[in-house]
Amino acid sequence: MPIYLDHAATSPLRPEVLAAYTDALPLVGNPSSIHGQGQAARELLEQGRDRVAASLGADTVEVVLTGGGTEAVNLGIKGLWWARKRSRILVPLAEHHATIDSVDWLAAQEGAVLDWIEVDELGRIRLDALEAALALGGDEVALVTALWANNEIGTLQPAAEIVAAAARYRVPVHLDAIAAYGQVPIDFHASGAAALSVSAHKIGGPVGVGALLLARSAKIEPLLHGGNQQRGRSGTQDAAGASAFGVAAELATRDIAEHATRLAALRDRLMAGIRGIPGATLRGDLDPAGRLPGNVHATFAGCEGDSLLFLLDVAGFSVSTGSACQAGVPEASHVLLAMGLSGQDARGALRFTLGPDTTAAEIDALLVALPGVVAQARTAGLAERQPTFGR
Amino acid sequence: MSGGVDSAVAAARAVEAGHDVVGVHLALSRNPGTLRTGARGCCTIEDSMDARRAATLLGIPFYVWDFSERFKTDVMDDFVAEYAAGRTPNPCMRCNEKIKFAAVLEKALALGFDAVATGHYANIVTTVDDAGRSHRELHRAADWAKDQSYVLGVLTTEQLAHAMFPLGATPSKAEVRAEAEARGLTVAQKPDSHDICFIPDGNTRGFLAGRLDAADGPILDRDGRHLGTHAGAAAFTVGQRKGLNIGFPTDDGKPRFVLEVRPITNEVIVGPREALAVSELAGSRFTWAGQPPLSPSEPWACEVQVRAHADPVPATAFVRSANVGSEVGSDVGRELGSELVSELVVTLDEPILGVALGQTAVVYIGTRVLGQCTIDRTVSAVPVAGAAAR
Repeated sequence: MPIYLDHAATSPLRPEVLAAYTDALPLVGNPSSIHGQGQAARELLEQGRDRVAASLGADTVEVVLTGGGTEAVNLGIKGLWWARKRSRILVPLAEHHATIDSVDWLAAQEGAVLDWIEVDELGRIRLDALEAALALGGDEVALVTALWANNEIGTLQPAAEIVAAAARYRVPVHLDAIAAYGQVPIDFHASGAAALSVSAHKIGGPVGVGALLLARSAKIEPLLHGGNQQRGRSGTQDAAGASAFGVAAELATRDIAEHATRLAALRDRLMAGIRGIPGATLRGDLDPAGRLPGNVHATFAGCEGDSLLFLLDVAGFSVSTGSACQAGVPEASHVLLAMGLSGQDARGALRFTLGPDTTAAEIDALLVALPGVVAQARTAGLAERQPTFGR
Repeated sequence: MSGGVDSAVAAARAVEAGHDVVGVHLALSRNPGTLRTGARGCCTIEDSMDARRAATLLGIPFYVWDFSERFKTDVMDDFVAEYAAGRTPNPCMRCNEKIKFAAVLEKALALGFDAVATGHYANIVTTVDDAGRSHRELHRAADWAKDQSYVLGVLTTEQLAHAMFPLGATPSKAEVRAEAEARGLTVAQKPDSHDICFIPDGNTRGFLAGRLDAADGPILDRDGRHLGTHAGAAAFTVGQRKGLNIGFPTDDGKPRFVLEVRPITNEVIVGPREALAVSELAGSRFTWAGQPPLSPSEPWACEVQVRAHADPVPATAFVRSANVGSEVGSDVGRELGSELVSELVVTLDEPILGVALGQTAVVYIGTRVLGQCTIDRTVSAVPVAGAAAR
């Protein structure tokens, strides 16, 4: 079996989650149906919703279940923007594509005005720039949207400060906590955010299930219409998905401190090893307190990310370049570019993300393979290099 | 693996031959067309998905390699620059020379592979010389109707050493399709690609129109008589008949053809069909596909092919070398010293029509590809004052 170090892409379904999921799938009954079977399905659904809410310091009524993290982010951003009837969106440069593409769409189709907020060389939002944009935007700011933790480079964002700054201007905040969920404690009420997105499959739940937490006071326009089964969302509700998500949420947050400590020890072991590889540069916040416990990110000078990925794949390690793919081709990461890296440096990136089943032996095996992989990828060079053949 | 049937079957055969095979699809376009129908060889998301499905069926790993930057520089920009210079390029040959068997091959070798295998129809034959050394030769495919040795004629000995063409011995394309069907490959009945992949609508003029500087210029006959006006010389190709829009007919009523494109003076020279006849062609940019002739400067009998779908014609070829600069008496010439310049010269037994500069002349002996040159000089078989040599 290959060693799986790509938990940020998707984390394996936990056995307890699989059991809950398969138990629930055969049940008959639409949660919105009046009859007894419908009510039974509804109860299963609501128990799942309870658990998701509890895992995030939210009330059950604040949990809008969605078809995944991307839908949650779309609903959070577009829904708040439409309901607010104001033009400006304040958005950091190093957000996930779910956010970037949503705000770009609002700008192109709906006339939204985007204020891109700079990030520093660690990929962290510049609070002074946010403050300036809030002051400049005045009453025209519809919302601020920001990551809780960066999904590529693992840098934790100052969520509390972001919300506090926005609150001074009475601007609602959407937080994308998809990468942070299950790695650091998240308390929705304490955060003060109007909306917060999470996804099930990043914490060992099923793909196709997510949630937008929506504060009681927040107003939102729905993306989907047709039945009003939930506040802000139409569509038959997925009782089995909710049930499985609930179990995953509980498992991922129950012993989060211990889990994070264990992950951080493995992360630090890997980071220490990568430091010794010639041409390697660790990225993101290197202070253990400033990054996700399960994320290691590095760039390798003179290497193409897809060469590194290929060689590691062949050697039995599943990792990621961390950036979005177009038709199977990793692009230079916009996150790294926003942090000030050159396009060439950005292309030699690898992201290692650890999970509950990751072991020290797996990290050590990776550290044995990695120096040779990097050296070999370097001989393959960068794609724009003029080949020697055919000259 | 382009996503077409040929590369899928080639991969299947390589797997079956016991090789450790990895499927690679090349991303050559920065903005891939989304869902065009048919196989176009490189550009659509559908092609990429088809290639991936084929690899999955064969149980081999599959990756997409992005060479769009090199492809733009070495193939697309080169294509436009050649037209701008009044020449007619073959971008598929440039792609084989610079991308598939250069950039891709080099990356593959660096990553631990031994060879690039493609779905081209051509054969590689290994011979052993008297000294016991083995040499690889490039030969035509068993199926002459599908033979693609012409577009591989640019490969050098070093490139051939790392090339594999598993389809070369197949008697027919129908057999490849039947084999694909039998293997359960979804692309078994996918149409062949025949256009230039980055010009999917086949409209080369339209593609060039936005990329070439175009200004009105004269259409002249070979005596320099002004016959009309064109909208930009670079968009014309030698042998072209349509699109001249000369308002009056020739004296004998026969159609006029483009004989020559002069981009520097922005002139298009036209004349009768027979004036397209060429008796000799030559190119200073030439390569050998394997072992060169023992004494290249002594003429040898051969056949030459000047287009992918042209018939080979009998000819005699040799390499002419000259010291350029040594005969020049100027101080400049002496300072620079002389430089040995070689060109591959091909004299045709019978003249052939419509050879444009920039085309590739591939020299064969029987089924074997000996080498090639990019044509940079031709000699007209029907000399007319002022137009003897281009």
